[in-house]
Amino acid sequence: MSLLSVDGLAVRDRAGTALVENVSFEVAAGDRAGLIGESGSGKSLTALAVLGLLPPGLTATGSVRLDGADMIRAPRGHGTAATVVFQEPLTALDPLMTAGRQIAGPLRRLRGLRGAALREAVRSALGEVRLTDTDRIARSYPHQLSGGQRQRVAIAMAVACRPRLLIADEPTTALDVTVQAEILDLLDRIVTTHGTALLFITHDLPVAARVIRHTHVLRHGRVVESGPITSLIAAPEHPYTRTLVDSARRFDAALERTGRA
Amino acid sequence: MSRRRSLHLALGLLLVGVIAAGVLLSYVWLPFAPDDTSGGRLAPPGGDHLLGTDKLGRDLFTQLLIGGRIAIGTALGAVAVGGLIGVTAGLLAGFATRWLDDAAAVVLDILIAFPTLLLAMLIVAGTGASLGTAILAIGIAMAAVVARLTRVLVKQVLARDYITAARVAGISWPRIVLSHVLPNIAPTVLVNLALQAGLAVLAEASLSYLGLGTPPPNASWGRMLYEAQATVLAAPAGALAPGIALVVLVVGVNLTADGLRDLTDPTRRGRRGSGGRPDSAGRPGSAGAGRPGSAGAGAGLPGAADPAQVGPAGPARLADPTLDTTLGKS
Repeated sequence: MSLLSVDGLAVRDRAGTALVENVSFEVAAGDRAGLIGESGSGKSLTALAVLGLLPPGLTATGSVRLDGADMIRAPRGHGTAATVVFQEPLTALDPLMTAGRQIAGPLRRLRGLRGAALREAVRSALGEVRLTDTDRIARSYPHQLSGGQRQRVAIAMAVACRPRLLIADEPTTALDVTVQAEILDLLDRIVTTHGTALLFITHDLPVAARVIRHTHVLRHGRVVESGPITSLIAAPEHPYTRTLVDSARRFDAALERTGRA
Repeated sequence: MSRRRSLHLALGLLLVGVIAAGVLLSYVWLPFAPDDTSGGRLAPPGGDHLLGTDKLGRDLFTQLLIGGRIAIGTALGAVAVGGLIGVTAGLLAGFATRWLDDAAAVVLDILIAFPTLLLAMLIVAGTGASLGTAILAIGIAMAAVVARLTRVLVKQVLARDYITAARVAGISWPRIVLSHVLPNIAPTVLVNLALQAGLAVLAEASLSYLGLGTPPPNASWGRMLYEAQATVLAAPAGALAPGIALVVLVVGVNLTADGLRDLTDPTRRGRRGSGGRPDSAGRPGSAGAGRPGSAGAGAGLPGAADPAQVGPAGPARLADPTLDTTLGKS
């Protein structure tokens, strides 16, 4: 049985307009899936619906089962089933709380750690996201960290409780390109090490291709194409997928030209 | 905290301290009894009467000291009433469903538009003029302003990803409010409360001036101003003394508020002028160095902050300057 199975998910606003419609996909334990689409295509709403955390005024119908729990009708008590890494590391961390305390919060609650064991878990979580000088980082407030460091802290927070599914919602979009590559490698390594399933949400095809195998292309709240990412790139069927691939290609070609000049 | 900011705090505490010292003094020693009229009417400053006497022959310095009790009592009382009701109502409105929130916003706007003096007159008409009534009226008017500010700030904080992350981790709403929402709205709300405290003192003065506040023979600064009005040219000290005392207290409270905000807000506390301080990575680890949460109120913060990064990471703050100005109303 799949870890996450979404079947016929629709998200409607108060006026009844469908923002997401008839979205179905599955993520098996340890699998890596992608949701690709432009902004406003319903990627993030789908993720929030999966977590049972739609903003007020939006309602979900269909079926979402996460680790056996029905996330539409009884969206409570998931705890360690799934966690999220957000796009903007600035707002993902509480500005008035040290990084260490923020990582400690879920660890204390979900794994029942206290005292020395808790400190040790925070330290190892920071080490796991390749942050050196962990004691200093743990004592720092978010504004004292760089963007890349903040995103690493956010990832440490998300994976410290060993979730079975990690949802990464455009985790590299707000970062510059070199940091982007490091964060992608980091996510890649972490999900491989712990066998965590990954649901990766992005608008960036080349970024997606680095970390995921199977992907779903969303447009206007509907899945227009699904399949292994390599075959999507090699032979896109839907016109929209083709535009995505073409624009990525054009970008590459432009890079190449400037490189030669 | 920058130099300028700590100067604000020191100066503010000094000004408030002068008034507070006068109030404390009034409980152990007064130059004359409040109803002692032996000095003769409108005596000039100097001699036995440091500031002279009023038109009934009462010592002005004595009245000023007693008026200080009322001013500080009003400030604390009104902030307690306004803060408690305002923050609670604002939190509830911030969490409420849409129609309830809309209704709350309308009620708050009406309350804010409603003149404090009119509200006070209504309450006084029901219960009779007293200091308690004045504090209640000022506190209720303040609550509306504080509630609206709190509501906006709560909504801002609730929209942040760290709230979603906390909910994903299954953390309960009460705990989220305690650990994330309240600390993040606190700096702005506290400064606003201190600002309101200054305005409350002024509001009490105007209520007393109109005869709606402290009844005689208690000398509130507003009442002193009112009574000195007719004789202001003959004996200016009668109006100048309470006027200056009011300004000292109000300015002092505002400066203190300004300085306190910077103490409670780590995104400002770590802030440095040009130059900054050397990276403290080599700072010898203190006893609880690696303990998460140990950096809370500690003095030395690691790493000098880049001022450019401070803005958006800070706690919820109002982006709309027009809203800020309307909040100044009491």
